[in-house]
Amino acid sequence: MDFILLSILKTAIAAPVLLGTLAYLVWIERKVLAHVQLRMGPSRVGPHGLLQPIADAIKLLTKEDFIPSYVNHVYYWLAPWLALMFAVTAISVIPIGPIVEIFGVKTNMGQADISIGLLLILGLTGMGVYGIALAGWSSNNKYSLLGGLRSSAQMISYELPMALAIASPLLIVNTLNLREIVNGQAGYVFGIIPNWNAVGGLQMFSFLIYLICAFAETNRIPFDLPEAENELVSGYNTEYSSMKFAAFFMAEYANIITACSVATTLFLGGWHPIIPNELGGQFIPTLICFFFAGVLFYHALNPARPSDRLSMGVIGAIILGLGLMFQVPVVKDLAQPLFWFASKAGFLIFVFIWVRGTVPRFRYDQLMRFAWLVLFPAALLNLLLTAFVVAAKSN
Amino acid sequence: MLEGYLPLFVFLVLCIAFPLAALLVGKALRPSVFAPAKLESYECGIEAVGGARGRYSVRFYLVAILFVIFDVETVFLFPWAVRYKQLGWFGVAEALVFLGILVVGYVWAYKKGALEWV
Amino acid sequence: MTLEAFFFYAFTTLALGGATLAITRRSAVHAAISLMVSLLGVAGLYLLLNAEFLFVSQIILYIGGILLLFLFVIMLVNLDAGRGLRQFHQRWPLGAAVTAIAGVAFAILWSRAKLPPSQTMPDVGNVELVADTLLQDYLVPFEVVSLLLLVAVVGSVLLARKRA
Repeated sequence: MDFILLSILKTAIAAPVLLGTLAYLVWIERKVLAHVQLRMGPSRVGPHGLLQPIADAIKLLTKEDFIPSYVNHVYYWLAPWLALMFAVTAISVIPIGPIVEIFGVKTNMGQADISIGLLLILGLTGMGVYGIALAGWSSNNKYSLLGGLRSSAQMISYELPMALAIASPLLIVNTLNLREIVNGQAGYVFGIIPNWNAVGGLQMFSFLIYLICAFAETNRIPFDLPEAENELVSGYNTEYSSMKFAAFFMAEYANIITACSVATTLFLGGWHPIIPNELGGQFIPTLICFFFAGVLFYHALNPARPSDRLSMGVIGAIILGLGLMFQVPVVKDLAQPLFWFASKAGFLIFVFIWVRGTVPRFRYDQLMRFAWLVLFPAALLNLLLTAFVVAAKSN
Repeated sequence: MLEGYLPLFVFLVLCIAFPLAALLVGKALRPSVFAPAKLESYECGIEAVGGARGRYSVRFYLVAILFVIFDVETVFLFPWAVRYKQLGWFGVAEALVFLGILVVGYVWAYKKGALEWV
Repeated sequence: MTLEAFFFYAFTTLALGGATLAITRRSAVHAAISLMVSLLGVAGLYLLLNAEFLFVSQIILYIGGILLLFLFVIMLVNLDAGRGLRQFHQRWPLGAAVTAIAGVAFAILWSRAKLPPSQTMPDVGNVELVADTLLQDYLVPFEVVSLLLLVAVVGSVLLARKRA
C-alpha cells in the first residue's frame, strides 16, 4: 500500500509541474521564435509576458465550444483527449534521476520504473496517431480528413527509422529499462569524454536519425504537413475550438517533451554530468546559475525599462538561491540529476524551436520519399554497422 | 510485476479526470450563442461542396501496410538487441539473414515504385 | 478483492465488451475502435501474466499497426456508405450453426485437455527470456518469419499496384 501512496504522491508533484511546463513551453516557443525573427514576442501580460500562458489558459477555457453539425459526435469528443492521454502517459515512464533515498524512503526519480519502458513509449507514441486520425475523420471536413490522413501516414512512416535508430544504442546498453539505459552510459572515456551513447558510444548517426524522426513524429516544422496552414487551413484541428483545441496543443508539447526526454536518456546519458564529478562537474550547475544571476543583476542595475529594476532583480535572486541549493547536502542528490536531465532535455527542446524558426516546410512527396528512401536504409545500415562494431569490440 | 506499472495507471486516471474537470469548468464559464453559420464545416469560408468522406489515394493504404510489415521486423529486433552481448558474432549472422531477406523485399518494392510518392 | 483481481476483471471486461461491440456495431469506425478496446484489454491480460514483451508487442503491432491500417482503409474508402444495408443478416442460420458447432467442439476440447498448472515467470527480464527462446531454441522459425514478411511485402505491393 505504501507503494500506491508513494506513486500518488509523486503524481501529485509531477502533474502540476507537467501542466506548468506545457503552458510555459508555449511562452518559451513564442519568445524564442520572436527573437529569431527580431521581434519582442509576448510582452504585454505581466513582466516579459510571463503571465501570457495563464491568460491563454483562461481564454481557451472561456471560449465558446461549438460543434459543427456534420461531425461524428463520439469521436469528435474523444479524439483530442485520446491524443492528450497517450502523450501524457508516455511521460510517466521517463526517469529523471537515479534511485534516491529521502528520509529513509527509497524510490526512483520518475513515475513508473518498468523493464520495457522504451518499447512502451514507442507503443504509446504509436497510439497517439489515433487521436489525430480520428479527429480528421470525425470532423467531416475535407481539409481535416486530408490533414489526419497525411499526419497518420507521416507518423507511421517515420516510426520505422525511429525504431531502428533506437535499436542501435540498445546493442551497447542491452536493456529496455530506461533507468538502466542511463546507468549503462555512466563513466567517462579516457576519464574526460562522457560515455554517452551519442558521444563516447559513437552513436551520433542514430542520434541524428532519431532526432529527425522525432520532428516528424511530433508534427513539427519542417514536417508539419498535417497542419500546413496555407494548404489545409489548420489540418486535423480545423473544426476544433476551446479546450478541445487546447488538448491537441498540449498533446503536441507533451510529445515534444517525451521525444526530447527519450533522446536524453538514450543518447545523452540522462542525468550524468558532462564533466566527471571528481573534476568539478558537481559545481557546474551552481556556476551556471551564478552566471545567469549575475547577468540578471546587471540588467536590474542598468534597466532598459523601469519595470526591469524589480523583475530582473527578483528573478536573479531566485536563480542565485537555486545555485546555492545545488550544494546543500540532502537536496543535492535530488537537484543535481534533475539539473542535468532538465538542461539536456531543455536544450533539445530549444533545438526544436530553433529549427522551427529557420527551416522551411517539406513538400509531401519529399517528406514520404525522405522517410522511405533515405532515413529507413540509413537507419538499417547504421544498425548493422553498430552490430559489427559492437561484436568486434566484445570479442 | 504489476506494481511497477501502477504509477502508469495513476497517471492514466489523472489523464481521464483532467479533461472531465476542464470540460465541466469550461461549461460553466463559456458562452454558448447559437448561429447557423457556426454549424457548417469550415473550408476557407466557401460553402462546402459535398461531404468529406470519399475515396482517397491508395498510396496511404500502401504506406500503412508496408509499415505494418516492417514494424513486425523492428519489434523482432528488440529482443535481439537486448541479448546482443551474449550472442556475439552468432547474433550478427542471425540479423544478417533476417534483415537480408527483408532488404530483398524492400529493394523489390522500390523497383516496383511502391516507395515513391507521386 | 485484491488489486490483481480488480485489474483482471477490468481487463476482461474491456476485452469481452470491446469484442462484442466490434461485431455488433454497424458503423465500421465504431467496430474498429471497439476492436482496439478489446485488444487493449487483451494486452492488459498479458501484462497480468507477466508477459511484458507480449504486452508491448500487442500495443505496438496490433493497436499501433494493424488496427490503424483498418482505420486507414475505412477512412480511405468511406465504408460507412454500406451501413444502411442489411445484407449481412441473410446468412444468420448458417452463422449460428457454425458458432454452435465450434462452441461444442471447444467445450469438448476444454473438458478433455489436461492444462498444465500455471507457472510463474522466472526472474530474468521477460524480453531476455523471449530473446533466448527465439534466437536459440527457435532460430529457424524466426528466420522463416522474415520470409513470410517478404511474401507479405510482395503481396501488398502487387495488390495496391494492380492497375499500374
